[in-house]
Amino acid sequence: MALSYDDVIAKYEPVLGLEVHVELNTESKMFCSCSTTFGGEPNTQTCPVCLALPGALPVVNAKAIESTIKIGLALNCQIAPHSRFARKNYFYPDMPKNFQISQYDEPICFDGFVDVEIDTDEGAKQFRIEIERVHMEEDTGKSLHVGGATGRIHGAEYSLLDYNRAGIPLVEIVTKIVPGTGKYAPEVAKAYVAELRDILRGLKVSDVKMEQGSLRCDANVSLRLIGSDVLGTRSETKNVNSLRSVERAIRGEMIRHAELLNEGKKVKQETRHFQEDTGLTRSGRSKEQAEDYRYFPEPDLVPVAPAAAWIEELRAQQPERPSIRRKRLKEQWAVPDKEMAAMINADVLDIVEETVLLGADPTKARTWWLGEISRIANEKEVALTELTIAPKDVAEIVALVAAGELTDKLARQVVEGVIAGEGTPSQVVAKRGIKVVNDDRALMAAIEKVCADQVETADKVRNGHVPAAGALIGAVMKETKGQADAARVRELLLGHLGQPSN
Amino acid sequence: MSSLSRDEVAKLAALARIEMSEAELINLSSQFGSILDAVARVQELNLEGVKATSHPQPLENIFREDVVLPSLTPDQALSGAPAQEDQRFRVPQILGEAE
Amino acid sequence: MIKNTAAQMSAALEKGETTSVELTKLHLDRIAEVDPKVKAFLHVDGESALKQAAAVDADRASGKKLGPLAGIPLALKDVLAQEGVPTTAGSKILQDWKPPYDSTVVAKLKAAGVVILGKTNMDEFAMGSSTENSGYGPTFNPWDLTRTPGGSSGGSAAAVSAFEAPIAIGSDTGGSIRQPAALTGIVGVRPTYGAVSRYGLIAYSSSLDQAGPFGRTVLDTALLHEVIAGHDPKDATSLNAPVPAVVAAAKSGDVKGLKIGVIKQLQGDGYQTGVLARFNESLDILASLGAEIVQVDCPSFEYALAAYYLIAPSECSSNLARFDAMRYGLRTGEADGASAETVMNATREAGFGREVKRRIILGTYALSSGYYDAYYGSAQKIRTLIIEDYKKAFTQADVLVSPTSPITAFKIGEKSEDPIAMYLADVATIPVNLAGICGMSLPAGLADEDNLPVGFQIMAPAMQDQRLYQVGAALEAALVSKWGGHLISKAPALGGAK
Ligand SMILES: [Zn+2]
Repeated sequence: MALSYDDVIAKYEPVLGLEVHVELNTESKMFCSCSTTFGGEPNTQTCPVCLALPGALPVVNAKAIESTIKIGLALNCQIAPHSRFARKNYFYPDMPKNFQISQYDEPICFDGFVDVEIDTDEGAKQFRIEIERVHMEEDTGKSLHVGGATGRIHGAEYSLLDYNRAGIPLVEIVTKIVPGTGKYAPEVAKAYVAELRDILRGLKVSDVKMEQGSLRCDANVSLRLIGSDVLGTRSETKNVNSLRSVERAIRGEMIRHAELLNEGKKVKQETRHFQEDTGLTRSGRSKEQAEDYRYFPEPDLVPVAPAAAWIEELRAQQPERPSIRRKRLKEQWAVPDKEMAAMINADVLDIVEETVLLGADPTKARTWWLGEISRIANEKEVALTELTIAPKDVAEIVALVAAGELTDKLARQVVEGVIAGEGTPSQVVAKRGIKVVNDDRALMAAIEKVCADQVETADKVRNGHVPAAGALIGAVMKETKGQADAARVRELLLGHLGQPSN
Repeated sequence: MSSLSRDEVAKLAALARIEMSEAELINLSSQFGSILDAVARVQELNLEGVKATSHPQPLENIFREDVVLPSLTPDQALSGAPAQEDQRFRVPQILGEAE
Repeated sequence: MIKNTAAQMSAALEKGETTSVELTKLHLDRIAEVDPKVKAFLHVDGESALKQAAAVDADRASGKKLGPLAGIPLALKDVLAQEGVPTTAGSKILQDWKPPYDSTVVAKLKAAGVVILGKTNMDEFAMGSSTENSGYGPTFNPWDLTRTPGGSSGGSAAAVSAFEAPIAIGSDTGGSIRQPAALTGIVGVRPTYGAVSRYGLIAYSSSLDQAGPFGRTVLDTALLHEVIAGHDPKDATSLNAPVPAVVAAAKSGDVKGLKIGVIKQLQGDGYQTGVLARFNESLDILASLGAEIVQVDCPSFEYALAAYYLIAPSECSSNLARFDAMRYGLRTGEADGASAETVMNATREAGFGREVKRRIILGTYALSSGYYDAYYGSAQKIRTLIIEDYKKAFTQADVLVSPTSPITAFKIGEKSEDPIAMYLADVATIPVNLAGICGMSLPAGLADEDNLPVGFQIMAPAMQDQRLYQVGAALEAALVSKWGGHLISKAPALGGAK
């Protein structure tokens, strides 16, 4: 008796709460000087501090504080004049100290908001997501479960621990409860996480790669009868690792809750795990009793009290907000709505802007990235940014075409060459001997040869049957290995055969 | 007279991850009354409006620069490990999920 | 030679009358001779000590400029990490653990050429006042082997008192340097919180812990203080300020015109008659040297012990969570199919001693939801009141004084079944820790009733550690001339001293 989504929203109003964890892109860890580079050999990025060896002490990474304040400012938060770290005490083998250094009652940023816009049948709609707090904490190590179903915690015989990720700086962004999104709840949540990602990317404080876990979302969902002001019991879904999953997870949880409520059952307050393959959530192992984290001020660290002048300096350095930037670029580049949406969807705004800033025409830059280069990326099943072609290469290619040194067709060969690692566009041009043949004498020689080879066709043209020139132009292009400018060939050919060239 | 029952001690021991014997639980429970009475003296004074001190020195904003320094070698990191495998710490099966 | 002071040994080394290797050998011999009775050491590493000594001798021979303690042997409390050397904090849970790194204190000792003889016994994780809580058996007081040397740095204090080392490092969370110094008739200083780096000091209570020096004289203690103190970027609570001129102060020892405040709350009921007699006698001496004695009132001190026994256990319940059998240390209970959680529980049960478990449970309780405000929260507020009491008192006096311990060395086993009675041993030392200031204990003579050493405590404001040495040196000089030698020379021989 599966409910449809429409059934759910006809009767219930969803209330959301979103917790986003962001790994900062600092060089060193939150409390020690170990490297944060992703993918190192196991336990090569550990020290007495992040292994929690007896006697070791944490010292706060200044850059992490700066990044957190930048995030708070971008999310319209208040920056606390005085904040503290606290210990969150619980035992878990991934966490060497068996407490996490976090923040409790005195977070560094609080009371902010983010506005998001979604497209609906009724046009664009805006929602304001209020931010409760932005605080700092540290990541845990990684465990590998051996035996049983490989990689799964259940049924494993033992586990292997790697602490390279232990102590990576994390920022947690917590929303206040989000009511009033109605049927748009899943989309609003997705738009919020996307907006956060863009803001964070603009701030350059994180890699914000959901696939690598540098941006992770926990979604709290509860339902209440429409018109009621009593909050329902919420579930907390973890492991939501893509924008699409945010939407799916919330939709799925709304349906699951509604089914339970319709049957007169209770929603359990619990942690659930999102399953990427099914789009459903499964219950986490329920704890016999609620954890008591015994928070208390971290005695090894002193308070953070950012000077007002420093905060203002960081405020002044804030980059343009993504929504404002999108509007600006759309106008500056004179992009139609549909094309703009395509660029946002394909996530090419940054790369196109960079290309334009290097002098390329916006339409040309967009066409290359969204067209040929995206096609190759899709073919290779890699992200655009993973290809060896960079904005400066595309800008150079656009310039070569504009200067008449490449035709569009030749330019595609150059793109291919750059992606194949043959060097910069000019290096590819030189190596492959690609050049537009615009030496009229050489072209005339080819034209004369072709006309001599195909006397009949040439005569047709001479007699005013201009469309027949196509075959001759094709032959000339072949003769010049495609390096000739077809328009010039046409002009010279028609002149040669006594016909007007326009 | 304060007191802490055997079951309350057992609950605390579970939170602190200590598998106490029955005799220990009972013994600790019997001692806790007088210990709690002694420490509960902190509640005798009117502490309204008194600030809490968590650091004996009034320090603020002690940070380090974001600079990478050499880590331990994996051999050093694992030198105290009760068990290891593939350059990782080998531990018994973990039951719960991470937070 | 081993009965000389470190300063005298240093002068002898300087003049070429002896070598560090020779000094080290003499002390290793002494340890071999008396430590079976005293049990001050958990681990003696003669080979590496002799190697360090030889290196210092070579440096000296090559004309290298050396510090005053270069080549002098030292005993190190087993709470400080020393690379490659067993470091247990007196706990079975760390049996055989060898740190892959040096604590900052050890790094500074090595850089100064101090020769580390070995690691000394202590109450497990520094929790105790008698060294009976060591996972490796008690240390015995060299003055009377049936008695405790105090604690938790009992091993270090006993080693210095028994001439096994001229100087030693201890740590003081609630009196763990000053109280054993008092009970063994030597000098011990707890520096200002943040003056000595805690990096590599195995944490008991982070906001109270502080490593510090032991010596048989005020000057020796000052020499060691100067070596280990100083700012450390690896400890976020370390003070970035110049080290007070403690050696100069110890050499001057002038109290003329100084105001010395006697804390009303730290005497009277519960203080042994002989302790009070020696304390008052010292006050008279200071007055005769030109100091002005004033009475000061610190009403919140009455609550210091209660606040301490909430704050320290709370912090320790969290600090000791890392001992979980996963990355280092003991692992037990690994039967077929045992989970990580089961192994953790079994290991912590087997590896921690009774007092450590008691404090972990107490701290877990004090921090748990519903009790936090009433216990931990209130204790932190009492801490504020104690700081305010000190502030006010220091407007009335340059230094404050009290007996270090209300009683002299007690019998082994006498208090081990009564935690509250044991906790009272720290009643006079704890306020210093709660306020983060500095304190010294120095010998004030022997109590008439039991002929055991009595300690005189001096307290000074944060980063005014030199005042301790200034007053301590003045009192010491007067007492030594009165006694015709240091108090320690009256200690029993323990078998043929050289
Ligand atoms: Zn590290």
